[in-house]
Amino acid sequence: MRLLDRISRRPWIWSWFAAFLAWFATIVTGGASTLGLSQAALTFAAFSIIVGIGQMFVITLGPGNIDLSVPSTMTLAGTVALKLMDVDNAMILPGLMIAVLIGIAVGVFNYALIKALRIPPIIATLSMSFIIQSAAIWTNRGLRIKPPSVLADFTTATTLGVPNVSLVALVISVCAWFLLEKTIYGRWISAIGQSMPAARMAGIPVDGTRFVTYLFCAVLAALAGYLLACFSGGAALNMGTEYLLMSIAVVVLGGTAVAGGDSNVPGIWGASLFMFLVVSMLNTYGLGAGIRLIMTGLIIISVIMLAGGRQPGAR
Amino acid sequence: MRRTLSADAMRLAIPALSLTILLAAVFWLQPRAMSYVGLNLLFNLAVPIALATIAQMLIMSVNDLDLSMGTFVSFVACVTATFLREAPLVGMLILFGVVVVYAGLGVVIHLRNLPSIVVSLGMSFVWAGLAVLLLPAPGGQAPDWVRALMTMKPPVAPMAIVASILIAIVAHFVVMRSSLGVLIRGVGGNQRSVERAGWSVVGARAAAYGLAGVFAVLAGVALVGLTTSADANIALRYTLLSIAGVILGGGEFIGGRVSPIGAVIGALTLTLAGSFLSFLRISPDWQIGAQGAILIIVLALRLLLNRLEKREKRR
Amino acid sequence: MPKAIIEVADAKVSFGAVKALDGVTLAIAPGECVGLVGHNGAGKSTIVSVINGGLAPHQGSIASDGEVLARYGINAARSRGVRCVFQELSLCPNLTVVENTRILHRHLGGLGWRRRAKQVIEQSLDAIFPGHDINTDRTVGDLSIAERQMVEIAMAFSDAGIAPRLIILDEPTSSLDASLAEQMLAHVRRFVASGGSVILISHILHEILTTASRIVVMKDGRIVAERPAAAWTEHGLVEAMGSVVKGEAHRRAMRDLADAPVAIEHVGRGTPFRARRGEIVGLAGLAGHGQTEMLMRLHAASSADWLPRRDPAVTFVAGDRRLNGIFELWSILKNLSVAALGDLAQHGVVKGDAEAERAGEWKRRIEIRTPDMASHILSLSGGNQQKVLFARALSTRAPVVLMDDPMRGVDVGTKQEVYEIIRQEAARGRTFVWYSTEMEEVCLCDRVYVFREGAIAAELQGDAVTEENILAASFAGLAA
Repeated sequence: MRLLDRISRRPWIWSWFAAFLAWFATIVTGGASTLGLSQAALTFAAFSIIVGIGQMFVITLGPGNIDLSVPSTMTLAGTVALKLMDVDNAMILPGLMIAVLIGIAVGVFNYALIKALRIPPIIATLSMSFIIQSAAIWTNRGLRIKPPSVLADFTTATTLGVPNVSLVALVISVCAWFLLEKTIYGRWISAIGQSMPAARMAGIPVDGTRFVTYLFCAVLAALAGYLLACFSGGAALNMGTEYLLMSIAVVVLGGTAVAGGDSNVPGIWGASLFMFLVVSMLNTYGLGAGIRLIMTGLIIISVIMLAGGRQPGAR
Repeated sequence: MRRTLSADAMRLAIPALSLTILLAAVFWLQPRAMSYVGLNLLFNLAVPIALATIAQMLIMSVNDLDLSMGTFVSFVACVTATFLREAPLVGMLILFGVVVVYAGLGVVIHLRNLPSIVVSLGMSFVWAGLAVLLLPAPGGQAPDWVRALMTMKPPVAPMAIVASILIAIVAHFVVMRSSLGVLIRGVGGNQRSVERAGWSVVGARAAAYGLAGVFAVLAGVALVGLTTSADANIALRYTLLSIAGVILGGGEFIGGRVSPIGAVIGALTLTLAGSFLSFLRISPDWQIGAQGAILIIVLALRLLLNRLEKREKRR
Repeated sequence: MPKAIIEVADAKVSFGAVKALDGVTLAIAPGECVGLVGHNGAGKSTIVSVINGGLAPHQGSIASDGEVLARYGINAARSRGVRCVFQELSLCPNLTVVENTRILHRHLGGLGWRRRAKQVIEQSLDAIFPGHDINTDRTVGDLSIAERQMVEIAMAFSDAGIAPRLIILDEPTSSLDASLAEQMLAHVRRFVASGGSVILISHILHEILTTASRIVVMKDGRIVAERPAAAWTEHGLVEAMGSVVKGEAHRRAMRDLADAPVAIEHVGRGTPFRARRGEIVGLAGLAGHGQTEMLMRLHAASSADWLPRRDPAVTFVAGDRRLNGIFELWSILKNLSVAALGDLAQHGVVKGDAEAERAGEWKRRIEIRTPDMASHILSLSGGNQQKVLFARALSTRAPVVLMDDPMRGVDVGTKQEVYEIIRQEAARGRTFVWYSTEMEEVCLCDRVYVFREGAIAAELQGDAVTEENILAASFAGLAA
């Protein structure tokens, strides 16, 4: 009983539970193949996991911290990397490097704006996202360059039945979990999220920590863009759009405190799998995208209603 | 009265100045734009953006933020292009209903002390779902009267300009001059003192959200009047554009400092930024980027002016 | 004798173990100005909140115009003409003066309210501060602090329907210059002469003596003296506010630290601040006169924002635990170790066993009463939470410890334990900069800076650190 009690208090357990329900319902009542559904779920969830983890780090920093430049960073990184690689397998590594570099540049500019103009992160990342989006449109020019064959194969293939992209997501998740739970940096972002003045007075280098976090989020978004572009056989200008709301939604559904200071990695997995599985479940019932979206929205609202507002004045 | 310019006037001066400069540059590059038809082309899409910006401004004046503006305007556009044309009464009822829903959101957010960002994030999925249900594929048709209204050719100035001025005047009256507007802004500025004076803060927030709903509905209707048909994704960009417009127009993120006239000017500036580039023969790819750049420049200018003002005060 | 506008009888209020009001009886009759004086924690703000309707006493009764009111709240107070000028800003900074008037007076609405509100507030401003040049169409946030305070005062005296009868002025002149303050006090006298009542709280004794008709001295939640103003002198007031000499037993032995190296200093307006190695330096004076700001400046000057420092220079013990002390989501352990993580980690990875060991050590040393350091911080009592904050600061290697009135609401036992630890640490060469609102603690310090109006007003050392001297320096108007 005590074990059950302890588990039920983990904020991430609910998203896993919901994901499992959706998975189960799709297979039993919808007659989907177990392996096929699981593989598809892991594959598609992988991208929102990678982006979601970055967004989670930023949201952990406390009220008002949200990175709105995530979708455009994904698009730009995917576009530029594919262009650089130009279907050449030898260029895979430089392609990855340029994607990461783009992430770093976006992160630096984001925090520079926050700090130099003293504007709320939402506005700073919003302004940045406009500029990045334009850069992506400019580099893309409607051309659809295919990814190098090795990379395309890698992102779409499985290892021992597990999709490769989800393995990448797993590695990143383990690193993120380690950062959050075991390192000084993890303690620091959690402290800042709970109370910035208290963190400052406890001797935490607040600016440095926040800067690294925005950097980290942008790099993860760039990485997700790189993988997504390769997976879907080319970069598209709207490939990131979906992830603006998705990245925030998986963080919220995963049980991370919106008011900051409390985050968890497993919840991101549960929520990302759930978001995909709900789609497949409703699809097998013949329900369209409309119902799916409405349900997603209602679930987000009920989650936040149940979690309640913690800090007065938190947005 | 030593200083003749109040901070409010300064707040308005920067956006007005940037719009003037931009407009002057356009006229200089393309003197033919200085005509009835030219102006109409330049500001064609400004009306719905201005309305959406006013809606966002109302939400921001009570220290909240609406991430569902884009999907909501899209949804309204879908209703307008379907129900409002074929069954005007039902259409009207739906639009009235969603305004009530908006006011209700304000009440829920206040009573449960929820983060408005997450609630509106959830709502954005709901609106998107409803829009997809209504119009799975682009289509529908604008009601004739809406079309007629939006393509009207008033004397002297084109419709876009006349409508923008009208919107600015109405919004200014409601938000800046009326008792209700004072109350709403008071909640944003110092909720405790409003409470202490015996007002209902819930009521004020509900009113702000309800009014925002009205303006957002008008934005959707106006948009369809211009585009003649609708689709579920027609106005997704409005979420970010409306926030940018408010900030550009001198509004602030918290503290109830907003300016309706500024917001309309901000929306016009954003609209013009795009056209300006095409006159410069710069690729339209950079249109969104220019909007971001203008946002950053204006924010930097404002910071500079604030600094100067502070130095003056200290003297 | 006319019936009192507000009469508080035997009011008791306690916050946890602290008795903020311990049986106060106070009646304010029409046509009198009651001066209220007392040092920090005497209960001035609490009695003001009770009269203003913001706080219901846990015991005792409130009567108005001869009838006992069972339910007395802000609205009841407002409808009986009780108004209050708060120390904090109670206007909406984003609205104009006229619009703020509209918010305050709910029934001003309807067409043309702007004109009416303007009339109401300008009338009041003109009456109190003749010749002021405040444009009532300006946004409050754009006004200077003095102008803002003038507006607040005028707002309290303004009449739009319900006439003001009792006005509570809590440090109303703190941002006004001498001539404006005199204008305001003159208006108070006029208001009182015409039958209104005023409660005046001020740290400038001269103002109280010349304006009040009756002066009430509070101490430790009680009224200790009450006499007509004419029967008081400045020295008499200071004496009445002070206590019988106590706690001398805790007095530390005199130490000569004049040759010790300076550990931290700050040179600004007025007397420079300096603290030497191993010294306990007290910051005293009335609350809100710049002590916390000084601590913040000292902290900001020697801590890093971007990169963690290898050797921390200062550490901080918060007084306002909720605002800048504890991390509410964390365990006791994490709360304790957060400032010293650099010492407890290898390559950025926190060593769990080292952390637990360090925490266990401090749990023993400072006696944090909990069965498990992994339990939630909020499961501790306030005093024990404060001990965790002490342990957090003391467990760092920082040579200077800044303390921002950390003993607020802490029980006596805990206080004695902490004093002992502070003494030990100081003997080992640590410097303490200690802002305290409690006289007993200030008297434990080697040297004391008394703050008034944002600057250091006096420096007291050794035997000169006495309650009398501190009170005299905290209240302006006495030749110190």
